[in-house]
Amino acid sequence: MTSPATPGIAAGRLAPDTLAENFADLHAPYDAHEARVAADRCYFCHDAPCVTACPTDIDIPLFIRQISTGMPEAAAQTIFEQNILGGMCARVCPTETLCEQVCVRETAEGKPVEIGRLQRHATDTAMARQSHPFTRAAETGKRVAVVGAGPAGLACAHRLALKGHAVDVFDAKEKPGGLNEYGIASYKSTDDFAAREIDWLLQIGGITLHTGQTLGQTLELNQLAQDYDAVFLGIGLGAVNALTCDGNDRAGVMDAVDFIADLRQTRDLTTLPVGRNVVVIGGGMTAVDAAVQAKLLGAQNVTLAYRRGREQMGASRFEQDLAASKGVTILTNVMPVAIHGNGSAAQIELEYTTAESGTLTGTGETIRLPADQVFRAIGQTFAGIDGPELDRGKIKTTGAGRTTMPGVWAGGDCTAGEDLTVVAVSEGRDAAEDIHAALTQA
Amino acid sequence: MADLTTNFLGISSPNPFWLASAPPTDKEYNVRRAFEAGWGGVVWKTLGAEGPPVVNVNGPRYGAIYGADRRLLGLNNIELITDRPLETNLEEMARVKADYPDRALIASIMVPCDEASWKAILPRVAETGADGIELNFGCPHGMAERGMGSAVGQVPEYIEMVTRWCKQYYDKPVIVKLTPNITDIRMPAEAAKNGGADAVSLINTINSITSVDLDMMAPQPTIDGKGTHGGYCGPAVKPIAMNMVAEIARNPATHGLPISGIGGITTWRDAAEFMALGAGNVQVCTAAMTYGFKIVEEMKRGLSQWMDDKGYTKTSDFIGMAVPNVTDWQYLNLNYITKARISQDDCIKCGRCFAACEDTSHQAITMSEDRVFEVQDDECVACNLCVDVCPVDNCITMERVAPGEVDQRTGQVVPAEYGNWTTHPNNPMAKAAE
Repeated sequence: MTSPATPGIAAGRLAPDTLAENFADLHAPYDAHEARVAADRCYFCHDAPCVTACPTDIDIPLFIRQISTGMPEAAAQTIFEQNILGGMCARVCPTETLCEQVCVRETAEGKPVEIGRLQRHATDTAMARQSHPFTRAAETGKRVAVVGAGPAGLACAHRLALKGHAVDVFDAKEKPGGLNEYGIASYKSTDDFAAREIDWLLQIGGITLHTGQTLGQTLELNQLAQDYDAVFLGIGLGAVNALTCDGNDRAGVMDAVDFIADLRQTRDLTTLPVGRNVVVIGGGMTAVDAAVQAKLLGAQNVTLAYRRGREQMGASRFEQDLAASKGVTILTNVMPVAIHGNGSAAQIELEYTTAESGTLTGTGETIRLPADQVFRAIGQTFAGIDGPELDRGKIKTTGAGRTTMPGVWAGGDCTAGEDLTVVAVSEGRDAAEDIHAALTQA
Repeated sequence: MADLTTNFLGISSPNPFWLASAPPTDKEYNVRRAFEAGWGGVVWKTLGAEGPPVVNVNGPRYGAIYGADRRLLGLNNIELITDRPLETNLEEMARVKADYPDRALIASIMVPCDEASWKAILPRVAETGADGIELNFGCPHGMAERGMGSAVGQVPEYIEMVTRWCKQYYDKPVIVKLTPNITDIRMPAEAAKNGGADAVSLINTINSITSVDLDMMAPQPTIDGKGTHGGYCGPAVKPIAMNMVAEIARNPATHGLPISGIGGITTWRDAAEFMALGAGNVQVCTAAMTYGFKIVEEMKRGLSQWMDDKGYTKTSDFIGMAVPNVTDWQYLNLNYITKARISQDDCIKCGRCFAACEDTSHQAITMSEDRVFEVQDDECVACNLCVDVCPVDNCITMERVAPGEVDQRTGQVVPAEYGNWTTHPNNPMAKAAE
C-alpha cells in the first residue's frame, strides 16, 4: 500500500474515497434558494462594470435579475446568446480578475456578487432541463472549415451553424474540446462536463466533427481554403516553452500540461502516479493547476517555484490562495539551475533571483529541494503555421479575426490577446459573425 | 436605564409592547409563554358570542410576500376569531391575569351588532379580571360577511352606537380597534370618541390578495382552487398604519385620544416611530409570528438604549413628540431648497442614481467615462430619488442651499423667510398679503 510518504513516483497514494473528495467540484453548485439569495445582492448597475469586464459582453445584471425572479432558464438564454460556452466559462473564468473584480460590491464590501456561480446555476439549470435552446437558420449552402475544436473553434462553429452554414470541425486530438477537455484542472470541470457541453452544443445541427486531423499532417490549409467558403483557425498554442537547466531530461521531469491532460483523461485516479516530492516550475494558471492536483493526488510535498515575486505571478490571487489552502508551498524569486539525480530526478537546485530594472539575475545563493517529480509550467508558445503571417509569434489578425490569407480567419490562443477560454469564445463568435457577413454579401 | 413602564388608560404594563389580538394570543399556553418572554401586555384573541364557536378553513390560512432571502415583508390571513368555546377562553383569561397581575390583559370582543349580544358578554368578560376590552371593528374577512368586524368599523354610526353600549355595560377601559379599509380614518375615530371610547387602536388588517397561483389561476392562500381576500399585515403596512395614527393624533376632534399603535411593528425603532406619532403603546403580531416571542427582548433593549441616548427617562417623555411636525402639504416651506450631494469617497459607482435620475426624474446627474456621477444643480429639484435608490448609506445626502444664495435651477435668490403654497403667487386661491 502506497501513501503520500512512499518514495519516488507512485500511484495510489490516497484511498479512492479521498481522491473522489479531493477532485469534487471546487465550488459546489448553488441550489435554487442559494442562487436567489446570491442574485439578490446584485444592484442592477447602470452600464454595469461587470459587463464591460466580460470579454463576451454577457448582460450580467439582466441574467442575475432573471435568476432572482425565478427564471434561471431565461437567464441562461441571456448568457448563451453571447457565450455558447457559458457553462464552461462559469467554471473556469478567472472571475476574480474579470467581472467579479469590478463588481461594485467588491468595491463596497470586498465581497462581489458571485457572478460565476450564478452563471453556472443558470446554465446548469437550462442544460439539465431543456434541449438545445437555439434553432438553426435555413441552410445557406455555404461551407466553413473550423480547425481546432477548442473554445474558439466551437464558439465559431456554433455561431456559423446557427446562421445556416455547414461546418466541418477538425481537431488533432481524439476528443473535441481543446483545453476544456485536456487543459483544465479536474475539480473545475467535473462529471465530464466538457464533453457533455459539446454534445449539447452540437445539437444545433449543421456541425460535423472530424477528430484526429492535424493541420500540416492530414490537413493542408491551402486545400481547406480551396475546398471551403471560409476557414477559421482556432488551433491553440500547441507548444510549450523549453526549460534550460541541467538535468532537464531526467526521468520524472515533464510538462505540466501533459500531467494535467493525463489526469483529466484518467478514469481511475488511483492508477495515476505522482511524486512524493513534487516541484512545479512556473507561476501561471497551469503551474497552479498542476501543483494543486499533484497535492490532491497525494504528493507529500508540493512546491511551486517561481522566478519572480508573487505580484508578478500569472495565476490570480484567488488561484494562489487556493494552492496555499491545499497545502502547496509557494516559493518565489527562485529559478532552477539543475535537476540532480542518478538517472531519475531526486533533487532540484534553485537559485535566488533579484530583479533590477526588470532584468532577472541570480544572486548566486542556491537551495536544494527533494524532487522526484518536476513539472515544467513556464508558459506555452504558438507552434507556428504555414500560410498566414505571424505577428510576435502568433497569427496576425485584423478586425474580427481576419488573417493575411483571404478567406481565413483565426481566434483564440493562436492569436494575440489574453489566453482565456472566455476570450477565445468571444473571438470565435465574432469571427463567425464576420465570416457570415462576408459569405452573405451580395 | 430608561423606565419602559407604560401607563395606557390607567393600565400599567412594564413595557409598551403588547401582543395584538391574533393567533399568538389565542390561549393560555401561548399567553403565559409570552409573559414569560417579557411582553408587557396581551390583547386576547377575539372572543365571539356564547354558543357554538366559529369554524376556520382547514386549508392554508396565510399568504406571504417576501423580500430578499425569504424575509417576510407582508402576511395575509383568512383566519377568523377564536374558534374555541367562550367559556374556555374566559376561564383561561382569569387564571392568567391572576398569575400575572403586573401585565396588561385586554379582552378583544366581536359579537353581533345588537345591544343584547354586547350586554350579555360584557359581564362575563368583567369577571375574568381583564384590564379592559378592545372592540374588534376591524377584521376584513369572514366575520365582515356576517355583519361584524370591519362591517361595523366602516360605519361610524355603528361604531358610536356599540361603543356607547360597551361604556354603559362595562366599567373598565374600552378600546375601539379600527379598520384601515375606509377612506378617511378620522371619521371612525371621531365616532369612537363620540361613543365614549377611552382609546382607539389601529390598524387592523388591510384587504388584500397577496399572490396568485399562476398554474391554478387562483389567489393564494388557495383553498380547493379558490381564494378570498384576506387581511394584510406585517412590515409592509407600517407606513399606512403610521399615517392613520398621525391623522387621528393631529385631528383637532380626536387630538389627545389615546392610541394603541398597530401595523408592522417589528423593531424597537418601529415602536418608537409609532409612539412619536402619538401612540401611547404599541401592539405587535406579525413580528412575533415570524420570529417568536423572544423578539420582545430586542425591542425592550433597543427602546431603552435609544431613550437613554436621547435623555428620555420614561415613555411619556417622547410620546406624540412628532405630531406637531405632521402638517398638510400646503404648509410646507417652499423656500427650503436643497440639492443632492454625492460623496465621491463613498460612491461605489453602481450608477443607480444616474439611471433613476436620467430615466425617471430630472436628468440632473451626469456620468463620466470613468463612472464619476455628479449632480447638476441647475437641474436638481431635490426630489431625493437618488438618495432612495443609492445602495450605500449616506453616500448621497440633501444639502440645503443657504438663504441668500442663488438656486442654480431657478436663478432666484433663496429667500430667508418661510413661504408656502397658501401665499404663493401661482396659487389662484392665494390670499394677498394684507
